[in-house]
Amino acid sequence: MAILLVLFIPRAASDPSFFVQILVYGLANGAIYALIALGYTMVYGIIELINFAHGDVFTLGAFVSLPLIGAFGLTEGQSASLGLYAALLVIAIIVMLILGGVNVLIERIAYRPLRHAPRLAPLITAVGMSFILEGAMYIWRGANNIHYPDFLPAGRISLGGSASIGYKDLIVIALAVVFVVVLTTFINRSKLGKAMRATAQDQDAAQLMGIDINRTIAATFFIGAILAGAGGIIFGLYFNTVRFDLGFQAGLFAFTAAVFGGIGNIQGAAIGGLFIGLVKAYSDGYFTSQLTDVWIFSILILVLVFRPTGLLGMRVPEK
Amino acid sequence: MSTAKRPSQPRLADLTSGWDDRDLVIYRVLLLGAIAFPFFITLVTGGSGGAIINTAADAGVYVLLAIGLNIVVGYAGLLDLGYAAFFAIGAYTVGMLSSGQLYGSPLHHEIHLPFWLLLFVGMFAAAGFGALLGAPTLRLRGDYLAIVTLGFGEIVPRIFRYLGPGSVLGNWTGGVNGIAGIDPPSLPFGISGPWENGAAFGFLPRFDFIDPLAFYVLMVILVVICVIAANNLYRSRLGRAWMAVREDEVAAAATGVNTVAIKLLAFAIGASFSGFAGTYYGAKLSLVSSENFAFVVSVTVLIMVVLGGMGNIPGVILGALGIYYVLFNLLTNLPDLATNAANSIGLGFLNTSKGDWIGLHDEVQRLNFLVFGLILVLVMLLRPQGLLPSRVREQELAKGISEEAVFDLREES
Repeated sequence: MAILLVLFIPRAASDPSFFVQILVYGLANGAIYALIALGYTMVYGIIELINFAHGDVFTLGAFVSLPLIGAFGLTEGQSASLGLYAALLVIAIIVMLILGGVNVLIERIAYRPLRHAPRLAPLITAVGMSFILEGAMYIWRGANNIHYPDFLPAGRISLGGSASIGYKDLIVIALAVVFVVVLTTFINRSKLGKAMRATAQDQDAAQLMGIDINRTIAATFFIGAILAGAGGIIFGLYFNTVRFDLGFQAGLFAFTAAVFGGIGNIQGAAIGGLFIGLVKAYSDGYFTSQLTDVWIFSILILVLVFRPTGLLGMRVPEK
Repeated sequence: MSTAKRPSQPRLADLTSGWDDRDLVIYRVLLLGAIAFPFFITLVTGGSGGAIINTAADAGVYVLLAIGLNIVVGYAGLLDLGYAAFFAIGAYTVGMLSSGQLYGSPLHHEIHLPFWLLLFVGMFAAAGFGALLGAPTLRLRGDYLAIVTLGFGEIVPRIFRYLGPGSVLGNWTGGVNGIAGIDPPSLPFGISGPWENGAAFGFLPRFDFIDPLAFYVLMVILVVICVIAANNLYRSRLGRAWMAVREDEVAAAATGVNTVAIKLLAFAIGASFSGFAGTYYGAKLSLVSSENFAFVVSVTVLIMVVLGGMGNIPGVILGALGIYYVLFNLLTNLPDLATNAANSIGLGFLNTSKGDWIGLHDEVQRLNFLVFGLILVLVMLLRPQGLLPSRVREQELAKGISEEAVFDLREES
């Protein structure tokens, strides 16, 4: 690791604008990982399940929004106007509601009946659900890369030198920040958020206090899907290409981000997502993209070995 | 388990003394089936069943993997999501040490070790890496360990892919193309007979494994060895310690079990089975490539273990065979079956593509993911304990013994 930094610093210093450019790219990319990671961290926090289907819910967000964009009569290249963004917002809300329903349904069918089964059973159904979602999208659109229309403004703001930040990047990062702030406030302030935290701590005790466990867990899945859906649309708008198995890799990275930040912790997941995005961008930019995943997962292992609860996680007493 | 009064048995039975009677019956049926299988196939196909026997030999690789993962997940209760990494280590060991690959590496020498030696080299290499990964990470609690193994499983194939032409360290693994031209296993002597294209009986000075049947026989022998080893491990002091750790780590530690060493052994021994399987796999295929060891492989083996019935070797074997059949036979043949079915009932027009309809064959092919997912979810919902769980676990589930204590002493004091 130290050797890498020694190799890295002089190269970064020799071309600062390249460094800044990659920073921008990494932050935008990381913001999307952060949105997916939030769903992972919430579900894991509440029922201790690695929800393998979550990455595919994210992809589904992009896929479901495509026909809606057509239905609203939006065409690529039309000039940016208030109407366009209002339409996109309506589409996003519809997609979020659909995905929320899908995710609640997944929980109802595949996870809830197994809540008291051996621990690995829901993990296998999660993998099964992931295959089902991927399969459905595969049947729907095939295995090709699908073009996603580009609606975000193309302008860029110069950051000195040859580096610049696009409106696109700014929008993506800003949206992620808004979602994290809203979600944190919701979980810390609202009654449902309180119920979620209580359920995460001790299901039986929460039930004794009159909390409807099933409803609370369903709500968690719903919120997770909303964030994943937003992430899917933002991914489509930012990268302009989607594929049915996109969620697999993105989900794995997002899950890594959630663990990195301390699983169950909202801010941790957001920071983890940004961090993973940055590592990916710098590894791609300065070294070789072949080894990007190796760095990411090595960091994951090192973090877990030296700080098992993640960056912001709390130490839980062992039973 | 009434092992008290058994009539005198042949000496081989010493290896299986004390095994569950139900399991013994299943093993005998499985072994008879495995022996009868090639004869049956040859009879049915009229001597052209090589491809089917070949597939069966490949399925054996997954049986070995499932038996090994069962030690980690089923016996010791450690969730391993990167088991394919050890499989890859075994396969690349045989690839590098038994082909012309290392000539292009900084060593500039080909190494051609015999397969039989490499079986053990692969085994120890995998076990060594298992211990190496386990040593710093095994103090982590359950799910965190799963995540570490997941990361390891992602790292290993990528490093193998990177260490090809153009890497900083030189070309060790052939990179994207992998290692080809791995030596087949060979014996110093062999006997030819009518099973080889009707040849006369005769003595061979050297026998190379080329025929699928030879690989099949080798695989059956490997599986038998592994089943005996795993079963006797389970019944040993070590096996009981694994179960103790699985059920309650704190209680196990309190009763004098060295939990870290026990878990490390589970990890290393489980990995060694995988290295074993990897060595066979590389030598049989004569080619290893990093794509064959992706996360999907780890998940598939885990599915085999959980679906078959964790902790119970007959269940795990049946799970492995069942899932292998579904994945590599049923689902791959389904499009052709559907096409033929449509033709035979007069719906042949479905087979041509028209507009959005891409033809029945391709439509069914696209269904594969979905069907496999549905099978997983349905089987798990109907039988969360797996198809053939171990007797102990079955009882626990039936009686509703939960992980929570009814009365917790700690809170009283």
